[in-house]
Amino acid sequence: MDTPMIEVQNLTKRYGQHVALDGVSFSVGCGEVVGFLGPNGAGKSTTMRILTTFMAATSGSVRVGGDCVFENPMRVRERIGYMPENNPLPTDLRAGDYLKFRAQLKRLANGDSANRIAEVMEQCGVADVAGRFIGQLSRGYRQRVGLADALLAKPELIVLDEPTAGLDPNQVRSVRRLIRELAGSHTVLISSHILSEIEMTCDRVVILHEGRLLASGALDALMAKANAAVVAEVRASLTDTIEWAAKLALGQAECAEQPGGYVRCRFADAKSADTREKIFASANEHGWSLRELSRQAPSLEDLFVSLTRGKDGGK
Amino acid sequence: MSVFRALVRRELSAFFQGPTGFIIIAAVLFLIGLGFVVVLSGLNGQATPIPVTQVFYSTYFFWLILLLIAPIITMRSFAMERASGTYESLMTAPVGDWQVVLSKFAGALIFYAILWVPLLVCSVVVRFYVGESAVLGLGPMVTSALGILLVGCLYMSMGCFASALTRNQAVAAVSGFAMGAALFFTGFFSYFAGDRSDWISQLARHVSLANHMESFSRGVIDLGAVIFFLSLTALFLYLTHKVVESRRWK
Repeated sequence: MDTPMIEVQNLTKRYGQHVALDGVSFSVGCGEVVGFLGPNGAGKSTTMRILTTFMAATSGSVRVGGDCVFENPMRVRERIGYMPENNPLPTDLRAGDYLKFRAQLKRLANGDSANRIAEVMEQCGVADVAGRFIGQLSRGYRQRVGLADALLAKPELIVLDEPTAGLDPNQVRSVRRLIRELAGSHTVLISSHILSEIEMTCDRVVILHEGRLLASGALDALMAKANAAVVAEVRASLTDTIEWAAKLALGQAECAEQPGGYVRCRFADAKSADTREKIFASANEHGWSLRELSRQAPSLEDLFVSLTRGKDGGK
Repeated sequence: MSVFRALVRRELSAFFQGPTGFIIIAAVLFLIGLGFVVVLSGLNGQATPIPVTQVFYSTYFFWLILLLIAPIITMRSFAMERASGTYESLMTAPVGDWQVVLSKFAGALIFYAILWVPLLVCSVVVRFYVGESAVLGLGPMVTSALGILLVGCLYMSMGCFASALTRNQAVAAVSGFAMGAALFFTGFFSYFAGDRSDWISQLARHVSLANHMESFSRGVIDLGAVIFFLSLTALFLYLTHKVVESRRWK
C-alpha cells in the first residue's frame, strides 16, 4: 500500500493537567472505512479535531495524505470533509443556501457547484427541504444536511463525529446505507460509542479508552480474540441444569429459567470448536430435549468489555 | 477572493436573517433623528460660525451611538459561532484565519456604514431647505463621513477582538463596550490638560477621539488622526488573528 490516508504517531494532547490523549498511534489506508470507538470522554472528538486541523496536538505527529496537519493545514482541509460532533449548523440559513455557502468556502467552481449541490442533496435525501430554514428542520434532516456538506467537495477523507447520534432507527439505517455507499471511493473515519453501529459499517476499528489506544485492526481479527458464546436451551429443572453446566466445565455459564419448563444456559467462553457437539451429546445422555443450540458471534461489545476490563485490572 | 466575498455575505446575511439587524437599525435611526432634531432646534434662528457637521459631533448622540451600538454589532461575530459550534466547521473548511478575521471585520464595518445612511439623508434635508451651500459644504460632509468610517474601523476591530475572546455574546458586548468607553474617556483628560505639555497631556490629546472627530467635521483630514485610527485598527485585527490562531497553539 502506498502512503496511508491518515498516519497518527504518538499523538498526545493535554488540556492543562488533564491528559486527553496519551501517545496514540494508528494509521488508516486509502479507501478504508474505519470506526473510531470508545466511551464518552475517550478522546475520539479530540483526535478528530486534531486530524481536521481545528486544534493542535501537544506532541506527536499527524499526517493526512502525507501532509502534516500542523505545517500544511490548508492542504489537509482541502482533502477532508468533516462533520463535527453534534453537527453544528447555522439555524438562520436555508438548507440550500447553507450548502451553497459551504461550496463557495470549499472553492467549488461556480458552474459545477450547482450540479454538485443538487447531487449531494439527492444523495443525502435533503432535496425536498432545500428551501427550508435549518432551524426548522428535524434532527434527522439536519444530520443529513451536515453529511451533504461533508460530501460536498468530493473529499478523499470523510470524517464523521457520531453521525447517527440522536437519530431514530429508520434514519440511522439510511445514514448507515449512505456511509456504506461511500466506502471504496472515499476513506471514511466514523466515531461512535454505539458498538453495533461500527460493527455494521466498518472494516476496521480503532478503540480508544481514556485517551489511550486499546486496540486497532481489522474487525475480524479483533473479533477472533473475543470468545464466542454458546447458548443452549434444555428442558430440565434449573438446579439440574446448573449442576450439569458446572460438570461440563465449559467455562463460566449463566442459566435462567424460561417459560415452558426450559432453561436457557449461556456459556460465555466457548473456546474449543467441539463445544456444541459436547453439549448436544451430554443433553442427549440426560434425555433432555434441546430446543436451541447456537453459537453467538462475539459482539464488539464483548470485545470492548473484555479489553477495558483487562486494562482496568492491570491498574 | 470569492471565498472572502462569500464569508462577508454570510456575515451580513446573519444581521438581516433575524431581527437583530433591524432592531439595531431602528435604535440608531431613533438616535440619529433625535440628534438631528436637537441640532436643528438649537440652530433655529441663530447664526453659528461652525459647520453643522461639527455641531452634530459636539452633541452626545454621535458618541452614544458609537459607544453603545458598536459592541452590539460585533458581539456575535465570533462568540456566536463558538457557542453554536459552527466555528468548528468554519475553521476546518479550507479558509485561512486571516480571511475569517477580515471578513468578520468587513461584515461588521459594512453594517456599521449602513447605519449611518440616515444621517446622510438628514444632511441632504438640511442642505435642501437652507439652500446655502456654505452651511453644509460638500467638503465637511465628505471628511465627516471619512471620520465616521475611521472611528468605525477602530471600534469594529475592537469589538471583533472582544468577541473572539469569549463564547458568550453578552460578555463580548460588555467587554467591547468597556474597551471602547475606556478609550473614549481617556480622551477626556485632554480637556483638563489645557496647554500643559507633559507626556500624559500629550498622550491624552493624541488618543482623544473627540479631538480627532472635530477636525474631520471641520473639513480637515488630519493625517495624524487617520494614522491613529488605522494603526489601532490594525493592532486589534492583529490581536484578533492571534486569538483565532491560538486554538492551534495549546
